[in-house]
Amino acid sequence: MKIETLVKMANDIGNFFNAESNKDIAAEGVSKHILRSWHPKMRREIIAYCKEDGSALSELARTAINKLDQA
Amino acid sequence: MSINKQQDFGTPASAATQLVTLEIDGFKVTAPVGTSIMRAAASIGIDIPKLCATDSIEPFGSCRLCVVQIEGGRGMPASCTTPVAEGLKVVTQNKSLADVRRGVMELYISDHPLDCLTCSANGDCELQDMAGAVGLREVRYNPIETHLDAVKDESNPYFSFDPSKCIVCSRCVRACEETQGTFALTIDGRGFDSKVSPSQNEAFMDSECVSCGACVQACPTATLMEKSVIDHGQPEHAIITTCAYCGVGCSFRAEMKGEQVIRMVPNKDGQANHGHSCVKGRFAFGYATHKDRMTKPMIRASIKDAWQEVSWEVAINHAASELKRIQAKYGKDAIGGITSSRCTNEEVYIMQKLIRAGFGNNNVDTCARVCHSPTGYGLKQTFGESSGTQDFDSVMKADVIMVIGANPTDGHPVFGSQMKKRLRQGAKLIVIDPREIDLVRNSPHVQANHHLKLRPGTNVALINAIGHVIITEKLMDEAFVKERCDIASFAKWETFIAQEHNSPEATESVTGVPATELRAAARLYATGNNGAIYYGLGVTEHSQGSTMVIGIANIAMATGNLGRDGVGVNPLRGQNNVQGSCDMGSFPHEFPGYRHVSDPATHKLFEAAWQAELSDEPGLRIPNMFDAAMDKNFMGLYCEGEDIAQSDPDIQHVHAALRSMECVIVQDIFLNETAKFAHVFLPGSSFLEKSGTFTNAERRISPVRKVMTPLAGYQDWEVTQLLSNAMGYPMNYSHPSEIMDEIASLTPTFAGVSYDKIDELGSIQWPCYDEDSVGTPIMHEDSFMRDNGKGLFMLTEYVPTIERSSRKFPLLLTTGRILSQYNVGAQTRRTENNAWHAEDRLEIHPHDAEDRGVKMDDWVGIKSRAGETVLRATITERVQPGVVYTTFHFPESGANVITTDNSDWATNCPEYKVTAVQISKVNQPSEWQEKYRAFSETQLDLLEQGTSNS
Repeated sequence: MKIETLVKMANDIGNFFNAESNKDIAAEGVSKHILRSWHPKMRREIIAYCKEDGSALSELARTAINKLDQA
Repeated sequence: MSINKQQDFGTPASAATQLVTLEIDGFKVTAPVGTSIMRAAASIGIDIPKLCATDSIEPFGSCRLCVVQIEGGRGMPASCTTPVAEGLKVVTQNKSLADVRRGVMELYISDHPLDCLTCSANGDCELQDMAGAVGLREVRYNPIETHLDAVKDESNPYFSFDPSKCIVCSRCVRACEETQGTFALTIDGRGFDSKVSPSQNEAFMDSECVSCGACVQACPTATLMEKSVIDHGQPEHAIITTCAYCGVGCSFRAEMKGEQVIRMVPNKDGQANHGHSCVKGRFAFGYATHKDRMTKPMIRASIKDAWQEVSWEVAINHAASELKRIQAKYGKDAIGGITSSRCTNEEVYIMQKLIRAGFGNNNVDTCARVCHSPTGYGLKQTFGESSGTQDFDSVMKADVIMVIGANPTDGHPVFGSQMKKRLRQGAKLIVIDPREIDLVRNSPHVQANHHLKLRPGTNVALINAIGHVIITEKLMDEAFVKERCDIASFAKWETFIAQEHNSPEATESVTGVPATELRAAARLYATGNNGAIYYGLGVTEHSQGSTMVIGIANIAMATGNLGRDGVGVNPLRGQNNVQGSCDMGSFPHEFPGYRHVSDPATHKLFEAAWQAELSDEPGLRIPNMFDAAMDKNFMGLYCEGEDIAQSDPDIQHVHAALRSMECVIVQDIFLNETAKFAHVFLPGSSFLEKSGTFTNAERRISPVRKVMTPLAGYQDWEVTQLLSNAMGYPMNYSHPSEIMDEIASLTPTFAGVSYDKIDELGSIQWPCYDEDSVGTPIMHEDSFMRDNGKGLFMLTEYVPTIERSSRKFPLLLTTGRILSQYNVGAQTRRTENNAWHAEDRLEIHPHDAEDRGVKMDDWVGIKSRAGETVLRATITERVQPGVVYTTFHFPESGANVITTDNSDWATNCPEYKVTAVQISKVNQPSEWQEKYRAFSETQLDLLEQGTSNS
């Protein structure tokens, strides 16, 4: 799947949870949402991108995907 | 079987709880206060003659046939307009009454054609019945002037109006007013000149008539008569079933002659529609036997090849072997399926079961992905369940009705009529929509108190501003919040929503809605007693669709407008079984009953029941499937009842994805747009050819019953079962009731549902937890369905969509649908409904049209960053400057050529409602339209080549 699509999806999810002032809770929200709604292959691809580059991800999305990787 | 006509009690039932007892013809009868003597008599089997009375409309007292005598009373009052009272003694039959009735009938018949034997109403004519009932034996009058030469109006494609047979009882006029709320009919003239007049003496088709059929239903003679009855005669048996169009889910009597449907008559006992209908459900059923129906299975190796008709066995085995081949070559996850809201619950259930247990993955999705998936997400998060909170009847207790991004009079017409009735009774109305829908000021005796005409894409800013007013002006229901909601989440939301950037004054420049107007609307909703919200795809089909649903839930909880009659959050579902298809586990991350596939207990339950190893990971959503297909990772698709090649956004991408797959299996009643990309075609069955259930927008599970033999030999659930067995996953259901029994055994909210109970009650609203339960009309009465029982407030920051107007694309396109056509139009385009709407058109404001030199009916090019199409222009002030609007019922219109891949953050529901476009005057179709026409013609040729020998 195009990484640009996955990055946009992750950033859009991050935009919703960004309203939460506690960024740990926000990142947890993003991470959980991706875990519960993305096909595992899509998760693997975004995690790989985040590790290799990740520059197009928002800060919150990047934090969340790192959490996802460690889960 | 028999026609089993429904009893007509003459006048509507009284809702009063106080009872009185009276005596009619010597029999004691007890009835609620407000009941008419006519109805009380009918309830004990005494039929008082009547003509102008029928129980779907208020009594009128004009025909004088229903006169009675009351002991101690004067004269002969009409029993339809005289209410019961304690101790009354009523006589319905004596010589005086009989003389009066015979005299009345004599007058009626003196100006009525005596052609009973050749009349279309012969056998179903109340005038004929009454002539018999009163013992009319002669007509002494020889009138010098009659109406017998009055000219018929045949303009409506579905019914005829023959004024020579009219008795001017006004039932049609009153039905149009009271039941439908259109006020298209009137009695024109006085005395002998009195006649029923559509609009100002116009033909029905030129009047405001919306062809709902209420007048035809109410007519006691052959004056207003279905043309199908005129052509074929009276039906001889009737079967109760449920409409296959919108999410209102009207109950109908399919009135039959053998296996031929003569007419669809709305069921008076239907709990969703109470005997009302719209032009689609009532009349547009001819598609089921249209010449385009596909009745033979077909296969082909490539979409460049001609189709080959084959036996069911060959088609099913070929489909199964292709799916297995693809899995062997590309992996287990390389195939999947798409279900539809047009399928029954049972069909959807076994489809997702086949995919999860037979395919071995969770790559199942449904068309709710592109409509109400944000509803599922938003309401599950906040209230704990993915459904609306009320029954339709709840609207009759609403004091303030807020309609957001919905057009009930077009999209959900029968409920729209009920809503209009409540509005005429005095309920206040707030409309939030970029476009002026009919409810704003184009419905008789209905006018919105506030129309918040926002810019497309700014819903969340607007709902936040409403929340801001509720909180900062202290209009919330503190007791409700304290008792029923998660307090910590409320505290967070309260702080967030009170921030200045959410105020109406701050959001005005974003939404375009004046702050004073918004404040007034917010105050009305919060303080006007029962506040009920109804919303549609104008809420969900946005990049912040889920956020908006959450925002709606937030303000409903904050004002305590939940958990009782007259309030609530009510998503109006587009198709007949959107709610049901979602309930049945057709999303890739949820088992039936909205339980996540990773939930250990649920996972274990289904593995044990289905005797299969199941994945506990989410599968691919529809757009993910398309993207994966382009990467050669998703190569086989089983698509039932859904036309993704027309209905999904950024259609050129969808077509490319379908072309890249190695096996596309389409199960449908027509060779739809998706089937033009298919390798296997499995002919489906229409709703008239199968049994099952549909679940409407109010969670009402209603029966769908087979009234004719499936044209292709199998019901759809049987086809899926055949495929499953060929795939090596055995299914052995012998009737859909067995599928429902399995659903009930595995899904707590359906535990008490069974076909026997549905037959007994007519329908059941889930949750229905056990055998004793009769269902749940109103949800969250005592607690919410979240684990802790408390409603959850969530933060809803407004995030502007990336789809913004620019110098290149300065206008915003939004989409919707029209009364006479239905979604992709596959059904309604194959009916006479095209008489009302034969093409999709672009609505454009006069200023924008003038800027571009566009005049009424001009062809205009509509260009977005995704593509370009051409439609004819309608210039109207219904849309605001800067906004254009179209419908999407015709494939050649290519509305989805221009919509983009932008989607909701939570669910990937497409942002159909906001596309930045430029409009220009053109004189030829777009390049895409030319290509589409050529491709479509080629595919029809390939069909012709394959079927010409059959």
